[in-house]
Parts: sequence; C-alpha cells; structure tokens
Amino acid sequence: MPLRTGSAGFGRSLPERGLLLLVVLVVLEGFFLPHGAASSPDVSHQENLDNHREADVGHNFTKKAFPVLSLDYHHIQTPFEISLWVLLASLMKLGFHLIPRLSGIVPESCLLIVVGLLVGGLIKLAGEEVPPVLDSRLFFQCLLPPIILDAGYFLPIRPFMENLGTILMFAVVGTLWNAFFIGGLLYAVCQIQPANPSDLHQLELLPCLLFASIISAVDPVAVLAVFEEIHINELLHILVFGESLLNDAVTVVLYHLFEEYAGVGTVTVMDCFLGVISFLVVALGGVLVGAIYGILSAFTSRFTSHTRVIEPLFVFVYSYMAYLSAEMFHLSGIMALIACGAVMRPYVEANISHKSHTTIKYFLKMWSSVSETLIFIFLGVATVDGPHSWNWTFVTVTVILCLVARVMGVVGLTFVINKFRIVKLTTKDQFIIAYGGLRGAIAFSLGFLLKKEHFPMREMFLTAIITVIFFTVFVQGMTIKPLVELLAVKKKQEAKRSINEEIHTQFLDHLLTGIEDICGHYGHHHWKDKLNRFNKKYVKKCLIAGERSKEPQLIAFYHKMEMKQAIELVASGGGVKLPSAMPSTVSMQNIQPKKPPIAKSAERALPQLTRGREEEIRKILRSNLQRTRQRLRSYNRHTLVVDPYEDGFNELLIKKQKMIDLEKKIKEMNNYLTVPAAPPDSPTMCRARLAQVNASVSVSAKCRHSISTAILLSGRDTDFKPAQQQKGNRICEDPQAYSMKPASGNVPSIQVDLASPQSPESVNVIDEFRRANREEDDQGLVMRPRHRPGGPNKKTEEEGDTAKDQQKLMRCLSDPGPSAEDDEDEDEPFLP
Amino acid sequence: MGALQSQSDHHEYVDLAQKTGFSFEQIGVLHKRFKQLSHDEETLRRDHFNEIPDLACNPIRAQIIGAFFDRRNYRQNSEGTVEEIDFENFLVVMSHFRPPSLHLTEEQRDNVRREKLRFLFNMHDTDNDGTITLEEYRHVVEELLSRSGALGKETAKSIADAAMLEVASISMGHMEPDEFYEGITFEHFFKLLKGFEIESKMNIHFWNMDTSTLCK
Repeated sequence: MPLRTGSAGFGRSLPERGLLLLVVLVVLEGFFLPHGAASSPDVSHQENLDNHREADVGHNFTKKAFPVLSLDYHHIQTPFEISLWVLLASLMKLGFHLIPRLSGIVPESCLLIVVGLLVGGLIKLAGEEVPPVLDSRLFFQCLLPPIILDAGYFLPIRPFMENLGTILMFAVVGTLWNAFFIGGLLYAVCQIQPANPSDLHQLELLPCLLFASIISAVDPVAVLAVFEEIHINELLHILVFGESLLNDAVTVVLYHLFEEYAGVGTVTVMDCFLGVISFLVVALGGVLVGAIYGILSAFTSRFTSHTRVIEPLFVFVYSYMAYLSAEMFHLSGIMALIACGAVMRPYVEANISHKSHTTIKYFLKMWSSVSETLIFIFLGVATVDGPHSWNWTFVTVTVILCLVARVMGVVGLTFVINKFRIVKLTTKDQFIIAYGGLRGAIAFSLGFLLKKEHFPMREMFLTAIITVIFFTVFVQGMTIKPLVELLAVKKKQEAKRSINEEIHTQFLDHLLTGIEDICGHYGHHHWKDKLNRFNKKYVKKCLIAGERSKEPQLIAFYHKMEMKQAIELVASGGGVKLPSAMPSTVSMQNIQPKKPPIAKSAERALPQLTRGREEEIRKILRSNLQRTRQRLRSYNRHTLVVDPYEDGFNELLIKKQKMIDLEKKIKEMNNYLTVPAAPPDSPTMCRARLAQVNASVSVSAKCRHSISTAILLSGRDTDFKPAQQQKGNRICEDPQAYSMKPASGNVPSIQVDLASPQSPESVNVIDEFRRANREEDDQGLVMRPRHRPGGPNKKTEEEGDTAKDQQKLMRCLSDPGPSAEDDEDEDEPFLP
Repeated sequence: MGALQSQSDHHEYVDLAQKTGFSFEQIGVLHKRFKQLSHDEETLRRDHFNEIPDLACNPIRAQIIGAFFDRRNYRQNSEGTVEEIDFENFLVVMSHFRPPSLHLTEEQRDNVRREKLRFLFNMHDTDNDGTITLEEYRHVVEELLSRSGALGKETAKSIADAAMLEVASISMGHMEPDEFYEGITFEHFFKLLKGFEIESKMNIHFWNMDTSTLCK
C-alpha cells in the first residue's frame, strides 16, 4: 500500500519514501536469505520443536500430540527463495522508477548491480554462504531465453535485413578480430613481464585466446538495457544490437574450440579448418533449428481458433524447445531463438486473436525485464561472492585492450563496409557503435563454466571479466547518454508509422524493384521482391488460416490501424473525450456523398436543405451507426469468449461511447452540411473536401474539452440571439471560435469559408438526432434556430449573459493555441 | 568493363557524368543495358520497357514506365510526355536513384530529399496540376493493391481516403468544417514525408561491374 501512495503522490516525501522502501527491502532480503542460504536457523527451529516434542512424549507415552502448527522450511525452500529473488528484483525495478531523477542519470543496469553488491555484502555480513546465483545452468536455461526471445520476436525485421551484411560483418569478423587481437596481445604482455616472475608467465597462448574469446563478445542483455534508455536511432540500435545477437555463434565456436584444445596445447591447421566448418554448422544449424520450430509454431497456431486461451503458450513453448534443441547439439541457442521468433511472428500474429497477441507481448516483456533485472542483481551478488585474484597488470591490460580492439575493429570494418553501403556510416555512428560495445553476464557465465583443473588462472580470469563488465556497464553505460546528446546523434522518432508512410514504403519497394529490373542487375530489392512473392504464394497459404493469408501488407496495416482505433475508442471510456484519430471510414462516409463536386456545391448554395437531401443525410447517419456496430462486432469476434458478461459489458460501453462520439460527429457533419455555401466565385474548390470532420476533431486532446464546452456555450449563445443566425447569413462580423491557425494561412489551395461552427445547428442537431430516432415526422435538420424548452444542457437559464461575453469566452476556450497546432511532424500524428 | 569502352564513348561520358553524377563505369554499364533494352537503337520506347520480363509482375509498372517518359523528370519547368527517350534522358531519370554522398550539409540533404520527393510527387500527380487529388491518390493505392484482386479494390479506396484525411490533418492541422482540402501540394507532400528519410531509402546500388548478362 505505501507503494501505491508513493506512486500516486508527487510530494516531496517521495524520494525519501522510495529510499526507505529500498533500505527496508534490502534489510528484509538480508534477513530472509540466511534462512534460505544455509538453512541453519531453521534447523535449530526444528531442533527446538523436536525438543518440545520429546518433552511431550516424556509426559505421555501412549500418543503423540497432533502438531497443530509445524515448520518445514525445507519443503518449500527452493521455490520460496526463487520467489524472493524475483520479488526483490521486481521491487527494485519499481523502486528506481519511483525516484524520478535517479533513473534519469544512472542506467538501471548500474543501479541493479549496486543492489546486487549490497545484497551480496549483507549475506556475507550475516556470515552465510553466498548462494551460487549466477550459476551457468540457471543463467543459460532460465534467465537468458526470455530476453532473447523477446528480442527475437519483436525484432524489427526490415532494418535488420537491410543491414544484415553490416551486422554480420561486425558480429563475425569483428568478434574474431577482437578475440585474436586481445588474446594475442595479452599473451605477449604476459610474456614480457620484466624481471618480476609472476604467475602470468605460466599463462599459455590458448587460455589467453579462450579468455579473449569470452571477453570480446558484445552482450545483448547489457546492450538492450542501455540502448533502450538512450533512444538512439533505429540504424545504430539495430547495428549494435544485431551484432550482439549474432556474435553468439562465433563465441560458442571459439569457446568450445579453445576449451577443447587448451588441454592438448596444440592447434593444427586441420583444427582451424574444422573450426570454420564448425562455425558454419553452429550458426546455420541454429538458424535452421529455430526456423523449423518457428514454422511448426506458425502451423500450430493455424488451428487454435477454438482454443484461444492456450495460444500464447505455443509461442513460448516452441521457442523454448528451439532453444533447448539447439543447445543440445551445442548449436547457437541464441540464433535459434532469434530465428524462431522472427520466423513465426508474422504468421502467428495473423492467426491468433488480438488478446492473445497482447498476452504474448506482455508476457515476453515481463519475463525479459524480470530476467534482466535478476541477471544484473546476480552479477552484483556473484561479484561479492566470487573468489577473486586481482592482478593489476592483467586487469588493466585487458580493459585497455578491449577498448582499443573495439575501436580499431569498428573503424577498420566500417572502412570496408562503407564501400558497399548505400547509407554510409559516419564518424559519429562509428563512435557510438564502438562505444556501445558493452560486455555483460554472458561473458561472466561462460567464464564461470571454466574448469579449475584445466585453467589454474580461472579466478584471475573471472576477476578480469567482472572488471571489464563493470567498466563497460558503469563507465560506458553511464556516459553514453550524455555523449549521444553531446554529439547530437540522431534520435529515434517517437511518432508511429502513419498510413501515408506505409503507402510510400510499399510504393518505394515496388519502385526500386522496378528500377533495379530496368537497370538490369539483381540487387537487394529484387531478391526481396522474389521472396515476398514466394511467401505470399506458398508459405502464407500453408501457415495462415482463412482469408487473412491473402491479405496484402498494406491492407493488413490498415486493418491493424482500424483495430487500434476501435480499441482506443473503448479505452477512452466514459468521458466525452474523443480519440485523437477519427476512425477513418466513418468520416469518409460523411464525405463520400459529396463527391460530385459541382452539383453538390449548387445544392449547398441553397440555404435550406431539401427533404430528399435530408433523407440522404439521415441514411448516411444510420448506415454509419450500423457500420460501427459491425466493426465492433468483428472486433469482438477476436476476443476471448470466456466471460460473456465482460463482453456484454464491453459492448455496452462501446455502444455508449459510440453514441456520444456519433452525436458529436453528427453535430459537426450537419454543421458542415447545412452551413451556408462557399462564396459563389469558387465552385471548383469543393473537390475532395476532406478533413472537415476529421480536422475539427484532430485538435489536441487538451483542447477537446474546451471545444465541447465552446460548442455548448455557442448553443446557448445562439438560442439567445436567434436573429443573428438567419439563413445564408454568414456571420462575418463574428470572429471565429475555431480560428484558423496561422501556419496554414499561406497555403494557397485551401479555401477558408468563414461560416461559423457556432451556428445553432451545431448544438441543436444533437436533440434533432435524438428526436429523429424516436419520431418520424420532425422537421428534419433545419437551418432555423430552435427555441427549445430545455436545451441540451441545464445551464440554459444563464442565457441572460451578453452575447459578446459569450463569444469572447468561446474564443478563449476553443482556441487550440499555437503549441497544439503547429504542423510539425511531432504534432498529433494521425495515429496516436 | 568501362575500360573496354571506346575513346569516343568516353568523351560523351564526361558530359553525362557531370550532368548526372554517375561514374564512367556506371554509365558504361547503364549504356550497355540501354542498348540491350532498345535492341541497339538510339532511343527507347514504351514497348521496350514492356518487354522486360521482371517488370511484368510489378504492380506499379505503368507508373514506373511513365516516369521515364515524363518530361518533368528531365529538367525543371517542363511538362508533358514524350514517346521515346534517348540515353541521356534515361540516365537523368536513373540519377534520381543515385545514393547521396557521405558528407552532406543540412541544406544539401534537404535538396536531395526535395529532389527525390519531387520525383515521387510527379509519379502521383498524373495531370500535372501541382496537387495530388483524392482521385489520383486513390489510383496510386489501387495500383499498389492491384495484384491482390477484388479484395484490394474495395479496401484501396478506404485506405486512400484515410491517407488523404491524414494528410489534411497533418498539413492543415485543424480545419473549419466547411473548408475543402483540394489535394496534396508538393509542400504538404514534403512535410508529410519529412520523417520518412527518403534520402536514405530511395536509392539503389549502381554497380560498377557489368552484371546485366545475368539478367533476362
């Protein structure tokens, strides 16, 4: 409960409270863990109990008293401890985000390591044995897979594939270079130890290389943790992150190769050759295993339409099996997971329900974030625990060599890569790529796996590995954010993809393919097109159920967008607040009948609507209502039907919300339909009169309430002064409540008609519409202002206010303000 | 293969290279392709493009071919279409797809972006009136989805409408209920796709080597 209040309140006490919470937790953990770690206290408890029992037994020999309450900690020890750790990790994560400034300065990973250090220290202080938390088995089989699956499933495939060459270059050649450069120089440094004959002299080349191959791989967990926070642009993110994922194969092969031969001591050319083969087998095998499981998963999801509840499970289980299968053959498990996630995603997403998709998303995010937190805490704990052997020379040389090798590798490789890249990597990019090469827990776990008998220097290795990890995570991780800002590296665009961008992405794809075909060479786009076509023709048919298999990407995108809007509509709940994006079909429906421009403009010039026109409008409105319902139903079709009440309730909510929205829209639309015509000298301009509905709604959410207020006010206003609202009377002297924003004023093609949105219809039509539903013979949507008895709101008795004041107030309220209105890219995208 | 080109060709290329920014090798390769497409004639006609087998299944084939015969893409302030193009014009159209160089000032980048977007805009704006109207935009989307049969036809319309609404709301921000959005002007188009980074996307790799023998 204190957490709740802590997160809700913004008082000054918040940081203190958070800190207090942390301290309490750490103490708690320190208090609890001794129980778990060695369970000696609870043994003594047990003894006490036994003593007690014996005493009882002494009293009456015939029968033992039934133990009303007994303590058996052993029984639950393991799961209890696991839960405790997970709880600690989650609470830590929670705690950091309660302290606003802290998480802005220090990356979460650093703080978690510090927490780990503290916890480890407390355990040590309590005189207990530190549990081997970062055990390699635990790490590779439980902690790592969720993070990698999350990364693989949500891998941005397009940028990844576009930069695959660069990524592979960095991952394979870069890692190899790092390993051999660091290993070789390290060995050299160990040999030239001057007069001082330390143990470093005994270090041979192969252990050096093994150590270097462990330390040279960029770690996906660390990279993810840091890069998530700095919001770097997509290209750099995918380059560094992709490298960290794909270098796993290199690391695995090098590790096994050197571990194998470290005992023997010699490596022949044949072994090198076998190593290369092994690399190909490990990498491609991993991808193959992953792809097979991915396809299986996609195929399975084709048939889950009747058992929606277990859909997400298939994704997780198949992926985990892919990982385990790959590990079984010592293939690259990480690559298997990535391949599995990336392969299955498009098909699975088309098959499963929307709720299942959300479940998958949240489960993956939750698991991976808990795993990540645990890994960093464990890293801290293991640091306290581990038997260390600190060797200044070795550690310093390692850290320096790591940095130098990384920089040289990146710069050298970029030089080569830039010859083939269309978008060249700039110096800034190279710097960030080099600087983002963080090492992490995978290296530590691999080091942990080394056997003492083969590697007498294991402790020194571990110490050096930990130092490098700490250096990269703390120094580089903490400084990379300021550096990114300092260098003004391009940031990620926050705006979501708009439909126009999607259209142009598709358009460009086809255009570039076409140009490549005309040029007569088969490049990237050509093969992508071929693959797409193959995918559409054969694969999708097998793996996707029903009609969706034929859906082109653009349409799928469009449907997704519509779906999102529908959900937002529901999510926006009881308030009158509209989603910032209108469901496009609805507003278009409103616009559709005005397509033939000239004829309509003539009709529009009429001050009053004809009855036929009026009928037409009503029909549109009704069809709108139906369409909305249909759409909502089709949305509901995807949802789980476990709880009919919930669904019914939701539908009710949606309907209610929809009604409110619709009324608002109708109001606007009628306003549009019935306002006096545009100036007669510009009949041509009424082509494609879009946006009048949309645009008036697409002001930012902040102004929305004020606008609705303004409309209400205007209703009162016009009730009060009906004379002003005569037909065809364009209230030119009346400055507009919805003032045009200045930025658009200089655009020539837009005709600004100064008809007022505060004409009476804007309000009256609400009532009008309600009545229209009830009774058949009403006067329709007339221009005449109505003198209603009640009015739309209860405030009508305040009509005594002067009109001038009203208008002023109206203007103030409805003025969206400059900040909400400038049409920069960040301004209110179509899709929020 | 540029080395094999005759001397006289080379002189010609200097001119073209300056105009289009292609290297001699690239021009050589493209020239060879041009000859191959035109069956060793001096000019290319639409039929020649229609014969390219790989292009046959491109949904926007007509527009791509049209762009080659559109005068607006050769130089500014000209309009209309031509019936056949010579190598120079072929090269000029191709040069729109040349990747920008590594070091660009912000202004140059803006120019490159403007030029590439202008090419796209011209492809959409079929009647050359400076705006992409709803009909034109619908046509674009319909063409894009033309490979997906009847299903696409229906949706194409609503997609184009939604897109147009988006353009209106982005470029106009907030409009009066009775304002009319005529169509996308180039400035709006430019603004719309500002975040799209066209300069890094609308590029293809022009090889220095001759690979056309591999293609049909």
